[in-house]
Amino acid sequence: MKEVPISTCEREFILKAIRDRKRIDGRQTYDYRRLKVSFGMERGCCIVELGDTKVLAQVSGKIEEPKKNRPTEGSIIINLELSPMASPAFEPGRPTESGIEMNRILERNIRDSRAVDTESLCIVAGEKVWSIRADVHVLNDEGNIMDAASIAAITALAHFRRPDVTVMGEEVTIHSPEDRDPVPLSVHHMPVCVTFAFFDQGEFLLVDPNRLEERVMDGRMVVGMNMHREICTLMMSGGMLLVKEQVLRCSQIATVKVAEIIELIQKALDKDAQARQAGEKCGFAESVPANKITTNKKEPTLIDTTAAAQQASQVIQEAGPVDKPMSNMIVQAPGTAQIGEGLVNTWQIDDVDMESEEEEEGRKKSVTNGKEAEATSKPTERKRPVKAVSHADDSGSEEEEKVMLYQGDAEMKSTEDSTALQQPPNSDKPAKKKGKKKKAAQK
Amino acid sequence: MCHKIRHPRYWLIVPFKMAGLEIISDQGYRIDGRRSSELRKVCARMGVFTQADGSAYIEQGNTKALATVYGPHEVRKGRGKIQHDRAVVNCQFSMATFSTGERKSRPKGDRRSQEMSMHLRQTFEAVIVTELFPRSQIDIYVQILQADGGNYCACVNAATLAVIDAGIPMKDYVCACTAGFIQDSPLLDISYVEESAGAPFLTVAMMPKSEQIVLLEMNSRLHADNMEKVLDLATQGCKDVFAVLDRHVRDHVSESHALMTAS
Repeated sequence: MKEVPISTCEREFILKAIRDRKRIDGRQTYDYRRLKVSFGMERGCCIVELGDTKVLAQVSGKIEEPKKNRPTEGSIIINLELSPMASPAFEPGRPTESGIEMNRILERNIRDSRAVDTESLCIVAGEKVWSIRADVHVLNDEGNIMDAASIAAITALAHFRRPDVTVMGEEVTIHSPEDRDPVPLSVHHMPVCVTFAFFDQGEFLLVDPNRLEERVMDGRMVVGMNMHREICTLMMSGGMLLVKEQVLRCSQIATVKVAEIIELIQKALDKDAQARQAGEKCGFAESVPANKITTNKKEPTLIDTTAAAQQASQVIQEAGPVDKPMSNMIVQAPGTAQIGEGLVNTWQIDDVDMESEEEEEGRKKSVTNGKEAEATSKPTERKRPVKAVSHADDSGSEEEEKVMLYQGDAEMKSTEDSTALQQPPNSDKPAKKKGKKKKAAQK
Repeated sequence: MCHKIRHPRYWLIVPFKMAGLEIISDQGYRIDGRRSSELRKVCARMGVFTQADGSAYIEQGNTKALATVYGPHEVRKGRGKIQHDRAVVNCQFSMATFSTGERKSRPKGDRRSQEMSMHLRQTFEAVIVTELFPRSQIDIYVQILQADGGNYCACVNAATLAVIDAGIPMKDYVCACTAGFIQDSPLLDISYVEESAGAPFLTVAMMPKSEQIVLLEMNSRLHADNMEKVLDLATQGCKDVFAVLDRHVRDHVSESHALMTAS
C-alpha cells in the first residue's frame, strides 16, 4: 500500500517551524524522545520504545559449520524485518531500498565493527561454530527506526545467554540450561546509531526525527558510535550536499547522545539482572503499562446562586402564606405524580397530531416530575429546585425541548391560574431560572 | 595477491596478515610501493561502446570498472515512476563473477549490489541537473570487471565520465576516493589487501570544486579524533582524481574535435 502523500501545507508548516527552531512535538533540536528499554521472559529478547516507535529484537543461537575462509570464527547475522504491521508504507515480501539500507547499516554497525567477539563462538575449528542470529522486528513506525533498531539489537545481544559447551577430545557436549548456567556472549563495546535529519540543504539539522519530520527532510546521516568515542559506522545519503564542518559537528553531537543512551541501556540491563536474581516476575506483561482508566474525577461547576437566593427570599416574603394545600395530587406510578391537568396546546401546530400529542405528554411528565420533586423538597428551597431540573436532564435527549416547554408552560400557568397554584409556580420561577443558568453554565 | 594453499580437503585463501607482512613498512612504503597519500594510477577511456549514449572505462590500479549511460529517454517500465518536474535516475550495479580472487556467482538481487545501486542512484540524482528533463529516465549501468578495493569509487568515477560522454548536464564532476587509517597514519586509496586487514576506511564522493560531500560511508571502528584527518585526506584524494579525469575529458574532446574538423 502506498503511503498517503504529505500535503503541501503540512510540509510548509513543519519546515517553517523548523526554521524558527521549533519542532512540532515541542522538543529541542538535539532532544531524543522518551526511550524505554524492556526485556522479555526469554534471554535475548528486548523491546525498545523510542517515543511511539516500537522495535523488538530476539537473539537465537545455532551450531553450524563455519565459513570456508574463516574456520575459527562464528558468525553474527542481523536481520531487520519491516512488515506492514509497522506502517502501511511497508509492503510484505521483498524489502524496499530503504529497508535494505537500514539492514546494511545495522550489519556494519555491529558485525563489521566487531562488537561481539566471533572467535569465542568457535567450538571445533573448521567443523562446529556458533551462528548467532539477531532478528529485529519493527512493530510500530513513528520515525527513526534506525536508532531504535540499533539499540534493540545490541541490547538483545548483551542480554542473550548461549548454552555452555564443553569439548573433550572428539566429544562435544552441549549443556542444557538446567545442567549449567548459560554463558553470555562477549560483547566488546556497544555501538549505537544516532540519526540526524537535514533540512534546507543542510542548514538545519535535527536529532531523532519523528515520522512527519522524516517525510519532509532532505536527507539523513546516521552515525554509529560507542562509549569510547569510536565511530563504528557513518552513512550519509539522500541526495544532499554537506560540508566537512557539518559532518564533524554531527559526530560531536553524537558523542554526547550515545553516552546518554548507553547509560540508559546499562541501567535497564542491571535492573533486569536484579529482577531475575530476586526471582521477580519479568517479561513484557510486567513492563507494558496498562492503559486503563482507574479513576475518574469530575470538577463541580460552580454556580453563583447569591442573586437567585435573594430573589427567592424576596418572592417568598411578598407571596404570603399558602392558603390551599397541594392536595389534589394523583400518583400514577411510583415516581410519577400528577397535579392538575394539562392545558390545551397553544403552539398552533395543526398538521401533525402525533407531535402535539407527544408534546402534551412530555409537558405533563416534566410538570409531574418537577412538581413531585418540589413537593418533596419544600424545606430546602434552593438546592432542590436545581436538582429538580437536573433530574429532567437525565431523562433523555429531548430534554431541551422539555425544559423550554416547561418554562413556557409554567409562565403560562402562572398568568392563567392566579388562585390556587399561584404559590408553587412562583417558587418554580426561580428554580427554572436557576435551571436555565445551570444549562448555560454547562454549555 | 593471495596465497592458495593446497589442502587435501579444500582450497584455503590465506590473507596476508597471517603471513606477517606489514601494511606500511618502516620507510613509509605500502605493499604496492606507494606512499601513504598517493593515489593509484588512473587510466580512463570514454566512448567505448557504440550502442550506448555514453560510456566509459576506468582503471584505478587493478580495479577495473565499466559504465554505460542511456538517456534521457521515455520512462519504459512502470508508469508510476514518472516525475512531472524532473528525470528519474535508474542505476544498476553488478560485479562480474570473475572479478574477485575466488569465482563467485552474484545474483542481481543481492543485498550488497542493491545497496550499491541505491547509493549510486542517490549520488547521481543529487548531481545531474534532472530539472531539465521532466518525465524522462536516465539509466546508468556499472559493471566491475576486476575488484581490487575501492569498487564504489571506481564505479562513481566511471559513471561520471560516462554521463559526460552522454552529454547530460551535471552540476559538477563527482569524484570518489577512499581513505583509511592504519597504524596511526591515514592512507589514501585503499586496495583490497589493506581493506581486508580490518582497518577502518572512509569512502567519500564529492564535488571537487565546491568541496560538497555527496555521499559518505565508513566501515569498522575509527576514533572520532582521527575523523578529521581521514576526511581531509579523502578530500584531497578526490581533488586529485578530479584533476586526472578533467584532463582526460579535455584531451578526449580536443581529439574528437580535431578528428571531426580535420576531414
